[in-house]
Amino acid sequence: MYADTSASVRNGQIIDWSDPPETSLGQFRRMVIEGVGDGARLSALFAEPERSSEAFRLTAVLAWPEENALSVVSCPIGRSYQSLTPECPAAGWFEREIAEQWGIHPQSHPWLKPIRFQPPHCGEGGGPLARRAIGLADFFRLEGEEVHEVAVGPVHAGVIEPGHFRFQCHGETVYHLEISLGYQHRGIERALRGGPDRRTRHYFETLAGDTTIGHATAYCRAVEALGGVHPSARAESIVAIAAELERIANHIGDLGALAGDVGFLPTMSYCGRIRGDVLNATAMLCGNRFGRGLAVPGGVDFDIDAALAQEVLHRLDSIERDAVSAIELLFDAPSVMARFEGVGAVSEQSARAIGLVGVAARASGVPCDVRHEFPYGIYQFTQMPICTWHSGDCFARAYVRWLEVQQSLAFVRERLRSLPPGDLNRNVSELRANQCVVSLTEGWRGEICHVAITDDRGRFRAYKVVDPSFHNWFGLACALRGQQISDFPLCNKSFNLSYCGHDL
Amino acid sequence: MFSILKARIQQKHRTIAYPDGPPPELPERFAGRPVVQAGRCDSGCRKCAESCPVGAVALSDADSPRIDLGRCLFCRACAKACPNQAIVFGRAHHLAAAEREDLIVRAGSANEASCRHALAAKLFSRSLKLRQVSAGGCNACEADSNVLTTLAWDIGRFGIQFVASPRHADGLLITGPVTENMRLAVKKTYDAVPAPKIVIAVGACAISGGPYADHPEQHNGAASVLPVDLYIPGCPPHPLTILEGLLRLLGRK
Ligand code: SF4
Repeated sequence: MYADTSASVRNGQIIDWSDPPETSLGQFRRMVIEGVGDGARLSALFAEPERSSEAFRLTAVLAWPEENALSVVSCPIGRSYQSLTPECPAAGWFEREIAEQWGIHPQSHPWLKPIRFQPPHCGEGGGPLARRAIGLADFFRLEGEEVHEVAVGPVHAGVIEPGHFRFQCHGETVYHLEISLGYQHRGIERALRGGPDRRTRHYFETLAGDTTIGHATAYCRAVEALGGVHPSARAESIVAIAAELERIANHIGDLGALAGDVGFLPTMSYCGRIRGDVLNATAMLCGNRFGRGLAVPGGVDFDIDAALAQEVLHRLDSIERDAVSAIELLFDAPSVMARFEGVGAVSEQSARAIGLVGVAARASGVPCDVRHEFPYGIYQFTQMPICTWHSGDCFARAYVRWLEVQQSLAFVRERLRSLPPGDLNRNVSELRANQCVVSLTEGWRGEICHVAITDDRGRFRAYKVVDPSFHNWFGLACALRGQQISDFPLCNKSFNLSYCGHDL
Repeated sequence: MFSILKARIQQKHRTIAYPDGPPPELPERFAGRPVVQAGRCDSGCRKCAESCPVGAVALSDADSPRIDLGRCLFCRACAKACPNQAIVFGRAHHLAAAEREDLIVRAGSANEASCRHALAAKLFSRSLKLRQVSAGGCNACEADSNVLTTLAWDIGRFGIQFVASPRHADGLLITGPVTENMRLAVKKTYDAVPAPKIVIAVGACAISGGPYADHPEQHNGAASVLPVDLYIPGCPPHPLTILEGLLRLLGRK
């Protein structure tokens, strides 16, 4: 870590941004590239315009798991700078985003192309990427006899969000998959600037709707830090209960969908229904199956009294019984394992190089989990061991989910049985001016990173959102290399990434 | 084989009795259809309208607010802001309407709007194939539409099915505000559906843009590009709200 030229903070600790710690571009590049080489994660990399000039500021957040510390590094840049991606592949998509949002040219970026086909934040024109209709890009092409290309989407076969996939195939074998997104772009980061206001919380609740609690928590923690408010242990416990229910529901749903993709119908049908039961448990807490309205800056809007805790515990018993029966069936079926094992493998080395997070990283043997490494809220007082597997294939991504379901069930039970006393909501009124805060949470897909920077009046001057899917989509492309194209649905489901979380 | 049978017994029969039997009970904290009381407003009070994140509350009636369910996120900020309980969110789940104007709830509104659709009831009442298109949806409306295909809800019972190709569909079920980046795809998908066809808009985004209303990156809902035959409000609507709307559209309830 680099204490002199960067800010070293804990998750959710504010940094004075009236005079941000800064360094030269040369040193910035060295710190990021060497940092990632030394085991840091690149949690965010973004540009924002300087307050008083035409220039920009490039900021990186490096997360050091061993030290439970975040380095925030920044440097002033102009309209172009030397790209980090050739030496640090994990920066690849971030730099495409920077080019698209601000017209800044990361020179010698190996694969500079639009990422969301969104209008630039700073007027029209200029920059390395001409604005164009969505989907119009140079796709990587394989040439040769009997080579063929398969294009899928944006509208897919199932009830699923839109995205475009291009496969370069030879026979059944996929040599390359290119993923082109942006169809869900709703302008969230643009709209967040100048906030918080009445809509802000709703942006986070719908940014990736299946991760309502994950993103709402990251936002609330950022705002609480900027407002100097600490929620009570009771409120933090309630939020964590909802977050783990979110994880349980989605993981069980995914296990069912994975079963469906290999034609194993019993587990598919049962898990679809059990997932609904978990969502209904969340709805008992706040009325909404996705947890909307539960987490608010300063705490929660709904309490869990003893009777409600009892009722939820009671329901969890039958949820667990049913889940064990449905999912053990899946892992005990040799026909299913034959389809899961060895398919779509991502090595630990690749996972680290491209900066995978969450379930996908843990399934490749990378032990990363914000709840454990950079604990926040009630996780500071409880141990969440990291669930990993080594094989990196569809089996590993399924199995890690099942391990986490069981762990989260135990966690929720324990929390419901021992809810500490405390007030529900300590209102956040004003945010401190000219501060920066990094807020990390572990959503059910993986690390969620929010970076909020306030202006002179304590409004958001910049708000950067990094959904875990942003790190992981490229992992899906890697997983498909050398696979049968018919295994795409299975591989895709084993990642189950968010389109809207990526597109913002 | 034995373990599969054992699991089958453990999992029981779970399909809900509705619509022949009662609907599943909704949680106590569920926010369903709001009820507006006349004559409770303090003069000049605008607290409800000012608290609403999406401008769903209007104060154009003399002595009571009106709520546009097509915009509403059911966050209850307005009800909380009101000192006189002029707005109360009940647990009633029937929110769908065939006409956009019928989504406006005011004092004395009927507690259910018509969803009848002569064509749909005549042609599709026993078989409705829908192509779902997410056009900026956050995956909550998608999930709670898709959940209707699970065995608890089992919309297959009514001949309703989500199909892969628009060519096999009788209509579209749209979620999301229709982002600029999906506008063309939505139109093309609609054009690919053989006539006669229907369009169902599910969720605040698809009806009005939801939290994204008036963002230049989107188009304030499906009606901006397609003729909509049924609106199903919510953020997201409860599966029961969606199912109930579909059944009434088809004249099956
Ligand atoms: S419940 Fe609906 S009408 Fe009331 S404040 Fe929330 S969004 Fe607006």
